Amino acid sequence: MSRALRLLPIIFIVWVLGTFAWKLIQPSDTTIRSQLVNRDVPAFELPAALPGSPPLRSDDLATGEPRLLNLFASWCVPCIAEAPVLEDLQRRGVKIDGIAIRDTPSAVAAFFDRHGNPYVRIGSDRNSSVQLAMGSVGVPETFIIDGKGVIRFQHIGPIKPEDVPGIMARLEQVR
Amino acid sequence: MRLFAALALILATPLLAQSNMPPSYWAYRQLPDARQEAQAQALMQELRCLVCQGQSIADSDAELAGDMRDLVRRRIAAGEKPGEIRAWLIDRYGDWVSYRPSAAPIAWPLWAAPIVLLLFGAAMVAGRLKRTRS
Repeated sequence: MSRALRLLPIIFIVWVLGTFAWKLIQPSDTTIRSQLVNRDVPAFELPAALPGSPPLRSDDLATGEPRLLNLFASWCVPCIAEAPVLEDLQRRGVKIDGIAIRDTPSAVAAFFDRHGNPYVRIGSDRNSSVQLAMGSVGVPETFIIDGKGVIRFQHIGPIKPEDVPGIMARLEQVR
Repeated sequence: MRLFAALALILATPLLAQSNMPPSYWAYRQLPDARQEAQAQALMQELRCLVCQGQSIADSDAELAGDMRDLVRRRIAAGEKPGEIRAWLIDRYGDWVSYRPSAAPIAWPLWAAPIVLLLFGAAMVAGRLKRTRS
């Protein structure tokens, strides 16, 4: 056996150990992103989250102009921090639809009394079925949907004030 | 100040709060048909909980895991094949949601590794034997 060939296993082991060490040093990113970005919104039909307000169907999202679809819940603490930012976006003329995850009409109403209601339509997803169909893993999450009803971007976690310019730019981009 | 800190600690809610809603119907209920339940169980053992990512949805108490079990049992009861449900979830969340290794090209080295190592070992043994004989 030639000398180079004999070194091969050692090189291999060093390479494997090096990979392990590199992956251990690297901070792990365990965010699971939706695979549906740049694909159509899955078809769904949700009852209204508030009595007397309009329900939300997937067809309502393809209106010819881009809009936001915000997954939230009255029991979700980061959603409280996000509420004023959504209202700011609404004031800038952004159309926002909401999906309340695992929520009751009275809890949603109480949440809006305290934190405001920036939504055009709000669907109620009582068993997370639409959330799962969207490839979403939690609340709050926001999808940018273009005028044809195609998902163009997923924002995981609350939209913070510093995220607003980015969201506005992306909305303009998909117009 | 200390009192305020203590109060804040007591009032603090966990970030991943759970809702006030009861678990979905099939989250903690077995299907009446034993064969279907066995199919559902086998699939749930191989699906990753999206919230507590080290666990399967069969093991996890997260609400979303309960909703995923509900989805799996509901679809199995409706006659869907486990492979179709797995494919539906992979289509939304990527390969990572399934614990079963896929046959995608990126996994080929993994499948080939045992064969390569066996061949390498055989070559080494052959070399050794030849040397001792001569």
